[in-house]
Amino acid sequence: MKLELLKAKVKNVVWGEKTAMLAGGVLQVNKEDLLAAVNEVQNFKKISAEIARPGESVRIVPVKDVIEPRCKVGDESEVFPGMIGDVESVGSGQTFVLEGAAVVTCGKIVGFQEGIVDMSGTGADYTPFSKTNNVVLVIEPKDGIEIYEYEKACRIAGLRAAVYLATAALEAGAKADETETYELPSFAKAMTAHPGLPKVAYLYMLQTQGLLHDTYVYGLDGKKIIPSLIHPNETMDGAIVSGNCVSACDKNSTYVHQNNPVIKALYDRHGKDINFIGVIITNENVTLAEKRRSSAYSIKLAEMLGVDGLVISEEGFGNPDADLIMNCRRAEKIGIKTVLITDEFAGRDGGSQSLADAAKEADAVVTGGNANMMIVLPPLEKVIGYTDYVDVIAGGFDGSLRADGSIEVELQAITGATCELGFNKLGAKTW
Amino acid sequence: MSYKIVHYINQFFAGIGGEEKADVAPESRPGVVGPGMAFKAAFGQNAEIVGTVICGDGYFAENMEEATAQILKMISVFGADAVIAGPAFNAGRYGTACGTVAEAVQRELGIPAVTGMYAENPGVDMYRKSVYIVSTEDSARGIKTAVPAMAKLTLDILKNGTAGSPEEGGYIERGLRVNCFNDKIGAQRAVDMLIKKLKGEPFKTEYPMPDFDRVAPAQPITDMKNATIAVVTSGGIVPKGNPDRIEASSATKYGTYSIAGVQSAEEVAYATAHGGYDPTYANHDPNRVLPIDELREMERAGEFKKLYDYFFTTVGNGTPVAAAKKFGTEIGARLKKDGVDAVILTST
Repeated sequence: MKLELLKAKVKNVVWGEKTAMLAGGVLQVNKEDLLAAVNEVQNFKKISAEIARPGESVRIVPVKDVIEPRCKVGDESEVFPGMIGDVESVGSGQTFVLEGAAVVTCGKIVGFQEGIVDMSGTGADYTPFSKTNNVVLVIEPKDGIEIYEYEKACRIAGLRAAVYLATAALEAGAKADETETYELPSFAKAMTAHPGLPKVAYLYMLQTQGLLHDTYVYGLDGKKIIPSLIHPNETMDGAIVSGNCVSACDKNSTYVHQNNPVIKALYDRHGKDINFIGVIITNENVTLAEKRRSSAYSIKLAEMLGVDGLVISEEGFGNPDADLIMNCRRAEKIGIKTVLITDEFAGRDGGSQSLADAAKEADAVVTGGNANMMIVLPPLEKVIGYTDYVDVIAGGFDGSLRADGSIEVELQAITGATCELGFNKLGAKTW
Repeated sequence: MSYKIVHYINQFFAGIGGEEKADVAPESRPGVVGPGMAFKAAFGQNAEIVGTVICGDGYFAENMEEATAQILKMISVFGADAVIAGPAFNAGRYGTACGTVAEAVQRELGIPAVTGMYAENPGVDMYRKSVYIVSTEDSARGIKTAVPAMAKLTLDILKNGTAGSPEEGGYIERGLRVNCFNDKIGAQRAVDMLIKKLKGEPFKTEYPMPDFDRVAPAQPITDMKNATIAVVTSGGIVPKGNPDRIEASSATKYGTYSIAGVQSAEEVAYATAHGGYDPTYANHDPNRVLPIDELREMERAGEFKKLYDYFFTTVGNGTPVAAAKKFGTEIGARLKKDGVDAVILTST
């Protein structure tokens, strides 16, 4: 399967008459058209759109999801299959990408489980989305609708906005600045390709703990899937979509699913140091039987593929630590070498045990950092969204929001700060 | 600026005597004594040892609290900016004394303290988390390297307010996880590590696994009909309004609330403070997390004798194990004191 990503590099976003890529990497957006594209979604009382650029004195809160604008080019398939696109398989052909732009959805769904994105100051050092030119949708629900409907409406609105931006820019003549090609052969060929190189797969764990803690695969609720094989290219076309509204530091937004850095890193070393065979997706359900079923099944798939090594990425913390360690133990037991990617909850002083489970087999771990670390976010000139929930946001505490508008919070409140797909440079050491 | 330093040493390094003099009580002398000369040289113009406090190792070990109090009092008279203790090398009692004094100085006098020990000195395990301990050789032969390292660390802390990393500061790891930015992103680090592991080359994990604490289950209750039962939850159910402001995540506290006479955890009176799960169903009927209704029914039916008059609650979401352990120990002690026979722990 071969996929070409046609990337137009976005260096700025402005409102204007027509949605199009202008000279110098400026994405011009017609606000009315954008809102019209998302307004079909039910259950909104009000939706507004704002722009937040890197370096601006802007805080976005509470952030639900971030999505990269993409669309298919002259193909039968559609991005975000099963969510807003058709269910035909994606991952081949050509996909147009507005790289450097992002859609950010913002709404008080739970009120205290979503994240913070600062475009400048200390917080900007930690969130990947201070580096993107953001079109922010602020979404107010109709009175009386349930939060699940609200979450779904926000999720769909974000996806629609992302597809609208890419499609409209492409139709207005946007050209790619760069083309990236991703291709893996069939298993039959892969098994005999690159003799002498170790076969490696990626075990991609998806947060699926229940309503508002979900991930969707081709529109299916991830907690109801049996672990499965997915082609790495499918993720680039939005086959995996975030439905998370929880402690934002280590929840995978749709953007990081579209740009999964583990997949990128495995492709980079493919044919040189490793033979990248494929990707197994599994879930993180809450009961022990579900954990055991998914863990046994996914490691069995790895065994069927005959791989020598597995990168295993976690999503979330606490309860999913048990899934992570279980997956590691089972793989190592049958001789598959593992590297785990996690983050840490080691206490504000860093003195506590970092994970809720441990195993001696887990001897190769990469960490996205200690999410309990405290940071002070300076007051910023403009707030998109609402700060009235900051004291009770996950990672906040009584007194988090200070009178001058600065915020003292744990890193866990910052969207994507300790991403367990290894999206960031942040890590942790023992002192 | 020249900082004022007080030096703590034992009777041996003070030249008073060996084991036969280990019972000498604390005493204070102005200026340098014994290894203080070497520190004086290492500090140069940057700091001055204004006084030395001496105590016999045997005396200290046998009168720990009293000796610590006496030593602190003697140290405080000098109005120092920092304290250095030892180095103790591999001397166990001396190491313990240095660690105890250094910790007490930081806590009670609010000034930094630095000591030095051999990695296997028992004082290291006792105090590495709270005190900067410079790694030394196992005997006094190592004084030539220990003293400059301790002096440098002390000055770094005084000047910069931080000791830097263990490598920079030359101290024994305190076991604290500290965030840092790497050159490469996590995914690249992971793939690099896997390739090394597959090739059989040495690699370094970024998070060494701790020894996991496993708790053996208690013996079952044999006489349920006469048992007092308590309910404790990490599901965050609190009286509505969250009076103690328990955090949605990373709880720093737990709440203790009376349920005397309460027949059911009703929606009007209780809600969850937990920020890690969908609160809808817990808030509609808090009994789902804190099952007071069912427990009262069983109590009435005589299945057990009494539901304990209080419930304890916290938020088990991103809450560090160290905090959870502290809450559990305190709650357990209170339940035991109040004669509770068994606890139902509910999570989410």
